[in-house]
Amino acid sequence: MSANAIELRDVHKSFGKTKIINGVSLAIGSGERHAIIGPNGAGKSTLYNLISGRYPLSSGTILLNGEDITGLRPFEINRKGLSRSFQVTNIFHNMSVYENIRCGVLWAAGYRYSFWHRVGGLRDVAQRAEEVMEKIGLAQRRNVLAGTLTYAEQRALEIGITIAGGASVILLDEPTAGMSRSETARAIELVRSVTQGKTLIMVEHDMGVVFGLADRISVLVYGEVIATGTQDEIQANAAVQEAYLGAVHKEIASA
Amino acid sequence: MRYEPLNLGRWVIWGAMALVFLVAPLVFSGGFALTMLIQMGTMIIFALSYNMLLGQGGMLSFGHAVYSGLGAFLSVHALNLIGKGAFTFPVTLLPLIGGLAGLAFGVLFGYVTTRRAGTTFALISLGIGEMVFACVLMFPGFFGGEAGVSTNRVVGQPFLGITYGPAIQVCYLVAVWCFLSIVAMFALTQTPLGRMANAVRDNPERAEFVGYDTQKVRFIQLVLSSFFAGVAGALSCINFEIVSAENVSPIRSGGVLIATYIGGVPFFLGPILGAIIFIFFVVALSGFTKAWLLYLGLFFVTMVVYAPGGIASILLMQIPVLRARRFGELALPYALAAAAGLVALAGLIGIVEMVYRLSEQGASTVLNVFGLSFDARTTPPWIGFALVLAAGLVALRYASRLVGARWGAIQQDLLARRA
Repeated sequence: MSANAIELRDVHKSFGKTKIINGVSLAIGSGERHAIIGPNGAGKSTLYNLISGRYPLSSGTILLNGEDITGLRPFEINRKGLSRSFQVTNIFHNMSVYENIRCGVLWAAGYRYSFWHRVGGLRDVAQRAEEVMEKIGLAQRRNVLAGTLTYAEQRALEIGITIAGGASVILLDEPTAGMSRSETARAIELVRSVTQGKTLIMVEHDMGVVFGLADRISVLVYGEVIATGTQDEIQANAAVQEAYLGAVHKEIASA
Repeated sequence: MRYEPLNLGRWVIWGAMALVFLVAPLVFSGGFALTMLIQMGTMIIFALSYNMLLGQGGMLSFGHAVYSGLGAFLSVHALNLIGKGAFTFPVTLLPLIGGLAGLAFGVLFGYVTTRRAGTTFALISLGIGEMVFACVLMFPGFFGGEAGVSTNRVVGQPFLGITYGPAIQVCYLVAVWCFLSIVAMFALTQTPLGRMANAVRDNPERAEFVGYDTQKVRFIQLVLSSFFAGVAGALSCINFEIVSAENVSPIRSGGVLIATYIGGVPFFLGPILGAIIFIFFVVALSGFTKAWLLYLGLFFVTMVVYAPGGIASILLMQIPVLRARRFGELALPYALAAAAGLVALAGLIGIVEMVYRLSEQGASTVLNVFGLSFDARTTPPWIGFALVLAAGLVALRYASRLVGARWGAIQQDLLARRA
């Protein structure tokens, strides 16, 4: 029994002949905030889709709290305490904010496929949904259709659905993608507060977001983890500077 | 706030509905009217059960008659066994047998169909519908072949004088089952399963990532739906005292799809309205004209194109306007549009009826309308009806523009007020 919340052992993924993930091994401790960074096309989202069960692995093993979850389906992995968000907002557009959150609560609250409970009368579910809405700052927007929320609100709702079930391991896929600077700052505070006491793994493109939030950082380049360490270690790592930070600096310089 | 536990409005609506069920058979007590009411009640259950799939679960089924039909076959055999004295069972509860039979076949076939959603589900349901229809004809021993299985509903000891001999008693039997089924199916929409069925319909991927097996949600939803389809099947067995291959036919499966869609798939109320209209076409209109199926088809297509939310959406759209006391502004444009629509319809009916007169061997080619006679073999009536149709369509175009303009203005005011 390991104390690791998530452990990847030599994970490979190919689509046809294209190798996307090429032997990733990674151990993330319980309660750790871990960021995975890397240039576009490095395979960050693919890695997420492997961990959360959206895609099957080509080879390798993934452990969740020491338990092998390789090959399980997304809902089975979710029931074991891992919940994820999506880079492209993936919410229930035709439902209200409240109903969206409630969808995230129902299974974890133990109501499963019940057709003998009146959903409006479930006090525990309602209470939990209220809590989550408070946390993500959408309590005032509870009856608004999710599809009509602003982009930043939809991103917050996305996080809300993800944490609603009380999963111990949270995967956030670029939670600040497409946000303005002030929105990003607020989103980071949100991520920090909702993942207190939980294991967080987040994919991020924006370097500033990661530094200060993550305990440790892994750098993914061409489907391989080239470095894992604290913020200082990563900043000092020559290979990382070459592969990633250098590229970003060049981008900034040329912009 | 959203959740008032038991609000008055809800009790008023349900109470009014119960009253309608209670009073309708007394008001429309003629033989033909009772036949209509019985079939409407049965169809309401069937269409609502169908909408548990299409509307609530996003499953477009082309084989829903399988569950009502097989429920009806099991019911007819049960009724015959009761008649022979093989066992005693109140006819009042026969729909329970039909429902359980429907449910059992829902488990069997649903396991196959609900593995996939979308187009694949639709195609498998079509395949199973055809397969069951073929099987029913292949095993005449149980299913009675072309002629079907007939029965007698007046069996067993009368309970409180109820024998189900007179149609009015059957009508009340249907009314009670229909009311209970509506309540039950509405309650199901308010359960965790009902809500997650909506979630799976809208975004199956997200549903999987909050812990739900979408396949299982669809499966349970379909099994529950097939129970109510079976109830409807048993009621039709009691009413007609015969069940044949037609009960499981693809035509029935298509019929319930049309009825549900006309009424309005997105709304719980929709299939109830749709069933009433559908039975009106099938039972009432078919007595007047051979072209009733064509009219039904045209109506269906018109709804799909111009009002995909069905009759229910058209009605419910008026509620905010009524609340804002702005309906008066729309009354005239609506009346104009309705009048223009009726003119166009008259022209269309004239042409269609003449076509049917000509196509029928040995039938009179003369069309009698309001004391006027038109001979389809002469040219003037064709030109006349075509002109009426064209005039109606042009007028309808202008009237609907007027409706659109007024509607848009009102909606803008309402939006501005909300903001």
